[in-house]
Amino acid sequence: MSVAAHDGIAVFTLRLADDCLVLSHRLAQWSSRAPTLEEDVALTNIALDLLGQGRSLYALAAGLDGSGRSEDEYAYGRDERQFLNCQLVEQENGDFAQTVARQLLYSTFQQHLWSALEASRDETLAAIAAKALTEVRYHVDHATRWTLRLGDGTVESHERMQAALERLWPYTAELFEDDDVVANGGVEPRLLRAAWEADIDAVLTEATLQRPEPAWAPSGGRRGIHTESFGYMLAEMQHLHRCHPGATW
Amino acid sequence: MAASLSTEGLQQEFDRLVADDQRIEPRDWMPDDYRKTLVRQIAQHAHSEIIGMQPEGNWITRAPSLRRKAILMAKVQDEAGHGLYLYCAAETLGVDRGELIDLLHSGRQKYSSIFNYPTLTWADVGAIGWLVDGAAITNQIPLCRCSYGPYARAMVRVCKEESFHQRQGYELLYALTHGTDAQRAMAQDAVNRWWWPSLMMFGPPDTESTHTAQSMAWRIKRFSNDELRQRFVDMTVPQAEVLGVTLPDPVLRWNEDRRHYDFGECDWDELRRVVSGEGPCNRQRMEHHIAAHDEGAWVREAAAAYAAKHAAVDAAA
Repeated sequence: MSVAAHDGIAVFTLRLADDCLVLSHRLAQWSSRAPTLEEDVALTNIALDLLGQGRSLYALAAGLDGSGRSEDEYAYGRDERQFLNCQLVEQENGDFAQTVARQLLYSTFQQHLWSALEASRDETLAAIAAKALTEVRYHVDHATRWTLRLGDGTVESHERMQAALERLWPYTAELFEDDDVVANGGVEPRLLRAAWEADIDAVLTEATLQRPEPAWAPSGGRRGIHTESFGYMLAEMQHLHRCHPGATW
Repeated sequence: MAASLSTEGLQQEFDRLVADDQRIEPRDWMPDDYRKTLVRQIAQHAHSEIIGMQPEGNWITRAPSLRRKAILMAKVQDEAGHGLYLYCAAETLGVDRGELIDLLHSGRQKYSSIFNYPTLTWADVGAIGWLVDGAAITNQIPLCRCSYGPYARAMVRVCKEESFHQRQGYELLYALTHGTDAQRAMAQDAVNRWWWPSLMMFGPPDTESTHTAQSMAWRIKRFSNDELRQRFVDMTVPQAEVLGVTLPDPVLRWNEDRRHYDFGECDWDELRRVVSGEGPCNRQRMEHHIAAHDEGAWVREAAAAYAAKHAAVDAAA
């Protein structure tokens, strides 16, 4: 099935919006549970940045797909199969190492993606990218510093960080998949892979961690196929909104 | 020259500064009991901010719109920030945060009892903003003039953010009371449950308050519990009218002679029970905080080990 350029960019935008919303939600689940008070503040900061990016992208998507939907219709009115985020961002928080690993892998990807999108032919998307880039640089820096501390900290933290990378690495394959949507709408993620790998390798080497061997490569998020825990996340997130159809908050 | 002054001379200088409404700073001499009182009060205040993240944080993952979700996340984050500056203010008195957290966990320091009530519906988030933050501001505005400098300065910033939270809570409830029947009922139910606990936030009646007289003499505290409670009621009743909710007190009415609202008596037995650990959520709040602290221990150890390793490398270079 071929995707027209206009539809392509709408779907592409929605994928990024869903990535932002879902990762923001996962990070927000740390509130009052982080290892230090400073970290509670930092994780919420990242969650707020991502939520802001997601809201801008939903507004853009509503214009591009011609539906005129509100941000809340996208967030609260769709079912699991209609969400187009990658599976990496929906992975549960796990321990702090797993949260750091997820952030390093995704934020580094997002940094390269936003850089490329600054040159997007859609001016709104380019403007969103430019603003988001300043935020994502901080997210990468934060995740990098924690990867170094955990990788090169204690024996326990090193083992936990390595285990987190092993667990999440397979989900990174999906980030770089190309299909008709990206071919016709956005940046081709395949082209970002080499730069992403170079950045990740540099951090892992300094952190005395090993890059995991590619094993299996789960996929499907971009087509609405998600992991089982995602349904529970949406059920909790959407419950109240859906109990009061038509209400404003 | 201060070192050569006798304790009596130091005490006189301290008394003079307090009487002149000047600020006591961390390096100034201060009586031991003044220091202890401040550590107790500032630590309790810091702990309240941190434990207070739980009842509202309880609704972050269920906030019914993205706008409300962003506001709530930012608010709970502000509370963590307030906890941070208050722990820093306490540290200027020669204690450290780790020690204070241990005292909280062992039950030797307390936090505000209000956070031992559960947040059962979304409207509770609004009721906390409007009533609990409103009561907190009433308590804290006079603390901006507290005799201890670092605490007074922390309070200036905290009060600005709290008044923003109070308006957000009010606006959240306003949307509910101007919404569907179910939303209006949700708002009224939350106000019914949070009204009396909010009045109890000012502490026991003046006749039973153990710390008030000395704290007023030291100008840590400026008004009594009952004065502040009255001020809060006077401020809040007209707001309830605009909101379109009733307050659950049959004797609440304007008294033209006193130029204040008359209101009923709080259930002081309930306050005593909640303070002594028998509130609906005391156990969960403490278990949650201890679990997060314990689960984070390996992360803090890793950060310390990394810092030590790299300090050694930097020193050798």
